[in-house]
Amino acid sequence: MLSKILINFPLIAVVLIAMMGLSAMVFKRNIVKILMGVTILESAVNLFLVATGYREGGIAPIFTNAPSTHMVLPTVQALTLTSIVIGVATSAMMLSFAMIIYKKYGTVDVRKIRKLKG
Amino acid sequence: MTISSIAQHLPALLIAVPLLTAFLTPLIGGVNRTLRMLWVALGISATSAIGLALAWKVFTTGTVLYVFGAAAVGQVLPMDSGGIPIRIIFEVDAFSALMIVIASISAFAITMYSLVSESECSGQDGFYALLFLLVVGIMGMVATGDLFNFFVFLEISSLAGAALVAYRVDKGVAVEAGLKYALLSTLGALCVLIAIGLLFAQYNALNLATLASRLQFTTLDKIALALLIVPLAMKCGAVPMHFWTPDTYATAPSSITALLVVSSQASLYGLFRVLFSLYGHLVQFNYATFGWFVIILGVLSMFVGVTMAIPQKDVKRLMAYHAVSQTGYMLLGVGVGLAVLGNRSALNAYGLTAMAGGIFHIINHAMYKGLLFLTAGAIFYRTGTRNLNKLGGLGHTMPWTMVFFMIGALAIAGIPPFNGFASKLMIYESVFRFSPFLSIVAMVVSILTLASFVKVFHSIFMGPRREEFAAAREVPAAMIFGMALLAVVVMLFGLFPQTFIDGMITPAVTALVDRGAYISAILGGH
Repeated sequence: MLSKILINFPLIAVVLIAMMGLSAMVFKRNIVKILMGVTILESAVNLFLVATGYREGGIAPIFTNAPSTHMVLPTVQALTLTSIVIGVATSAMMLSFAMIIYKKYGTVDVRKIRKLKG
Repeated sequence: MTISSIAQHLPALLIAVPLLTAFLTPLIGGVNRTLRMLWVALGISATSAIGLALAWKVFTTGTVLYVFGAAAVGQVLPMDSGGIPIRIIFEVDAFSALMIVIASISAFAITMYSLVSESECSGQDGFYALLFLLVVGIMGMVATGDLFNFFVFLEISSLAGAALVAYRVDKGVAVEAGLKYALLSTLGALCVLIAIGLLFAQYNALNLATLASRLQFTTLDKIALALLIVPLAMKCGAVPMHFWTPDTYATAPSSITALLVVSSQASLYGLFRVLFSLYGHLVQFNYATFGWFVIILGVLSMFVGVTMAIPQKDVKRLMAYHAVSQTGYMLLGVGVGLAVLGNRSALNAYGLTAMAGGIFHIINHAMYKGLLFLTAGAIFYRTGTRNLNKLGGLGHTMPWTMVFFMIGALAIAGIPPFNGFASKLMIYESVFRFSPFLSIVAMVVSILTLASFVKVFHSIFMGPRREEFAAAREVPAAMIFGMALLAVVVMLFGLFPQTFIDGMITPAVTALVDRGAYISAILGGH
């Protein structure tokens, strides 16, 4: 039982972090906090990707030091790197939007900035 | 030698050329304006030419594969890989080629139009850099044969699209719309990424064809399917996930709106690719359930879109709701095809025609909706307002814009001899044999569309000259050229539909239905 929880621990963490991120996105009224929610959700997804790539006792795919040619396929790590880079770009862009919104409206409260309707 | 090596590397150039243009534009724009205009015109001409050449190659010689980083471009399965493709592969089949044709024609017309319509605005270097990045995103999404690569291009197109929507701050309203679009796109893309993780964790593959050949339809696969189709349906603006379209389409610069339509159609491509090539033909896959899912999305989009469009006062918002409504036709047509995919006789009797109608409608919609958004932009360019209650009498001073608007409006309403009629007729006839009720809904929606556009036409162009628009003249030649190009395509597709159906649409439908061919193109026949 305990070992099962330990093995799935990263995945449980993924679910918890994703819930935190999603609830921030849905319930917070401050744009900056919503964007923090997005970033937390991104971290959850990244953790999920890395967790799927973990092999117990696996050998890191560094050819010069590997004791044998059986190594872990590092695809998910590469995916995670890409995803982190994309996440940085997204956060930077959305935070700059938040800045402009604050400059133009004087607030970052989503209840007060609704000019778009219909 | 040069020609043949260019022909060999077309899929890579399709991404490389617009990417290079995007990042060199600020550098060249620093020298002077004229040089930047020439550079942008050159870049988009080259991109479109490459796109059309690649599509021609696909339609004449069959699926084109391109392996990035391999010793030879066609070396899909390296010797030491154990029979699995390990590199990023572009798999351009007839359906991808059709989407590339759409993107090439639209992007060319739109950029030519932008050269004038945006010429008096500031920050042009960034504008064109983002425009080309959006083109990169669209081209990549429709050309790639790799699921993670698809995600990357989806993000590129979302980011570039959101930045362009917010580009003209417009007292903050545009930024609000951009933020909304960026948030939803990011959320959607994260769902797609989780789905990719779920699939990779089970099958050790990211290549679409390899994944398709290994799928078992486990519980995790079903979750992955939901996480793939819901965001993609959202990105193509299907009701009930359409709420971002009116804001985004209405506030973006007009030329960008026309390109965003193409980008949402690239998501539609992704949706169909996942449903047909990845999951279709699995033994456990219930065609009727998923077919009806797509059909219901389609009917809701058609009906809600058009009813929301009728009371709108802002001409671009109105057109945005019509875009939602027209997306419904594509979903309806292809959904009927999906629902009868397991039933060979029904598929041959009307399923394939319905799909052909739906897919023909994608290209038709991109052309006439692009045209309509460009005319809306032309009107805004000269009058400075998009409010239908304030506009009027422009027919006296802007005759060309009026003619192009009429062509677009008649095409969207499905009036012969324009292209909307050709595809809608195919949808009506074939859907009628599936379910007469759906066909009647589709016709009613067309009538409502016509009614809505008659109203718009009347309030913008008819009536006496207005004093406040006395200075409104016809728009400059480059903008007319952009609109004329799309108008000519609309007429050609309407006058000779059978040529285009035989040449492009039928191969695209065959490519979409034939999952085995999609897989064996990568993995070899087995």
